[in-house]
Amino acid sequence: MTNNGNKSFNMMEGLPERPQKDIYFDNNATTPVAPEVLEKMIPLLTDHFGNPSSMHSFGARAGDEVAAARDKVQALLGAAQSNEIVFTGGGSESDNLAIVGTLHANPKKKHLITTSVEHPAVLGLCRDLEKRHGYEVTYLKVDQAGCLDLDELRDSLRDDTAVVSVMMANNETGVIFDVEAVGRIVKENGSIFHVDGVQAAGKLPMDLKSSTIDLFSLSGHKLHAPKGVGALYVRKGTKIRPLIVGGHQERGRRAGTENVASLAGMGVACDLAAANVEHENTVVRSLRDDLESGLLSAIPDTQANGDREHRLPNTTNISFQYIEGEGILLLLDRVGVAASSGSACTSGSLEPSHVLRAMGLPFTLTHGSIRFSLSRYNSKDEVEYVIKALPPIIERLRMITPFNEQRATF
Amino acid sequence: MWNYSEKVFDHFMNPRNVGEVEDPDGVGEVGSMACGDALRLSFKLDEEGRIADAKFQTFGCGSAIASSSVLTEMVKGKTLEEAARITNEDIAEELDGLPREKMHCSVMGREALEAAMIDHYKRLGRGVPCHLIHQATLLCHCFQVTKDTVREAIYNHRLKDLEDVTNFTKAGGGCGDCHHDIGDLLRDCWDKIERGEAPDPMPDGGLIQLEGMPVAPSVEHDPVDKEIVGKIQELLTEDISVALRNDGGDIEFVRYRQGQVFVRLTGACAACKSSDVTIKGYVEAQLREFISEDLEVIEVNK
Repeated sequence: MTNNGNKSFNMMEGLPERPQKDIYFDNNATTPVAPEVLEKMIPLLTDHFGNPSSMHSFGARAGDEVAAARDKVQALLGAAQSNEIVFTGGGSESDNLAIVGTLHANPKKKHLITTSVEHPAVLGLCRDLEKRHGYEVTYLKVDQAGCLDLDELRDSLRDDTAVVSVMMANNETGVIFDVEAVGRIVKENGSIFHVDGVQAAGKLPMDLKSSTIDLFSLSGHKLHAPKGVGALYVRKGTKIRPLIVGGHQERGRRAGTENVASLAGMGVACDLAAANVEHENTVVRSLRDDLESGLLSAIPDTQANGDREHRLPNTTNISFQYIEGEGILLLLDRVGVAASSGSACTSGSLEPSHVLRAMGLPFTLTHGSIRFSLSRYNSKDEVEYVIKALPPIIERLRMITPFNEQRATF
Repeated sequence: MWNYSEKVFDHFMNPRNVGEVEDPDGVGEVGSMACGDALRLSFKLDEEGRIADAKFQTFGCGSAIASSSVLTEMVKGKTLEEAARITNEDIAEELDGLPREKMHCSVMGREALEAAMIDHYKRLGRGVPCHLIHQATLLCHCFQVTKDTVREAIYNHRLKDLEDVTNFTKAGGGCGDCHHDIGDLLRDCWDKIERGEAPDPMPDGGLIQLEGMPVAPSVEHDPVDKEIVGKIQELLTEDISVALRNDGGDIEFVRYRQGQVFVRLTGACAACKSSDVTIKGYVEAQLREFISEDLEVIEVNK
């Protein structure tokens, strides 16, 4: 390729005009707060601001709101009792409380099992437990589709395995693990079974009371509640020790004055999520499918990553060969589209996605991976816009890579 | 979201000099797809030996593209001697700065320029000027490991195969282009070892000295330093190492002497192009914040 006098090379060439309203396809990172949620929260920050522990009507009102929120989270998760729900400061805290709380409650057990594709909240904690606290951790591998090998799990379980922590759905690829199959094996061994359900809650129907799950993490801001609140389901009879002590709140399992407004907001968000699970699995799924097939057919040298059958209805992870993800995101942002990437350059660390690497994806596909994650607030028009906007972006970036020659020979 | 300057955005959105010059006088390629960054730079000289045209092709993030683009503008009109004096800091400065985590993009620009100049001297059949020699002997471009380093490691540790070499030096751990060369080098070295012409392995399991890296002083800790050494070791193992492990790397304390803390980076941090940033921007900053403002951190590869 020779390109003489090309001072005028313009990345924006051929791109459609920016839409009136920006398009948010990064809902696995965080979601907009639902209007109904905000409406619920505002009076709880202004007029009804009480502390649930107080002995007056301000406190009573706040206490009622927290109790109502707990019932709604219970309903979304299909828990047997509302006192199995412990409110926390978010998904990462729920994961930490589940794992560390279990280890502290079972001090003789020094081994835990997780997977190589967990969220950093779990993986980073496990590395810390290994490095600083003398625990042994087994990281289960995944295959090319991102799925677990149950035989490896069976072989890894030990008498001193305190807890097995497995995510229900992967945040990067959307791949869903068969947690029931995992749980049956874990429970035969008598270990505690923790499921990080942060991405799955609200997108998949849930019935924890008839599951093998002992502990289940949920995050508010992934389902249109505000950031900074979450919950941990603790099956009745499961022993955990608190991380935050110094108060009787959450029945001694998590001290600190309740974040009343945000918890009430999360309650409403759980109601909305429960009512929308069906919509998520029909309408949102079909938007995602249209987006995925539209992009795959419009752009050569492209593939969708992860098991496409067992997958969250809102997520697609697509690799574009020969280019790097950050450039794609910067250009998408210029035309009003928000997505995310597994490329090294976007992560702050310089390692590409640990999830895609664990699936054995070659570097050529990890660096150019883009995740689109939709929600019920997205529309068909938005999907069509992205299918129009992305091909010229990929084409422009491919024009400047040194791997152009390889394209012909691939 | 990275805090990119307007100039970075300008060079990313409107990259200058994209492509390859026709009938080039020098072409340099650095990085690989495995690394996530790769750059091919080509230039053409005029009759007076000044760079008349330069073009680039880049696989990489926004700042890699911007660094390449601005570099092609910077070298135009310069002689090779002048161009050789452009540092990676000059490239970053021309872009009104780069985020610390992205400084390696400017390093890649500097390396591609060197590689293109070396290619030029080779085309002429001339010797490569000594200030460019380091690049000339690179064996593994992904992790910037020279042939000398690999040879020394093979001798010192009696490394048997490619896997050993990768484990010890990282060479060959990226795109795999150098596997053949490493195989050749292993055969050469083992021929010499078997003929008894090779240096003996190091008695303590071997210590590799990378070019340009300072050597840790071999003196034992002064007893009066016991307290500060304890504090340094604690901070390194309890906090810094844990943070680095999240990025797949790690750090080891080597020695302390008169305010200088000698450390060694391992795992993904070793030979990482951003290790300067890690050492100065993170490790040294932590030690200064929590122990003493006077500490200086020096990376060694003992």
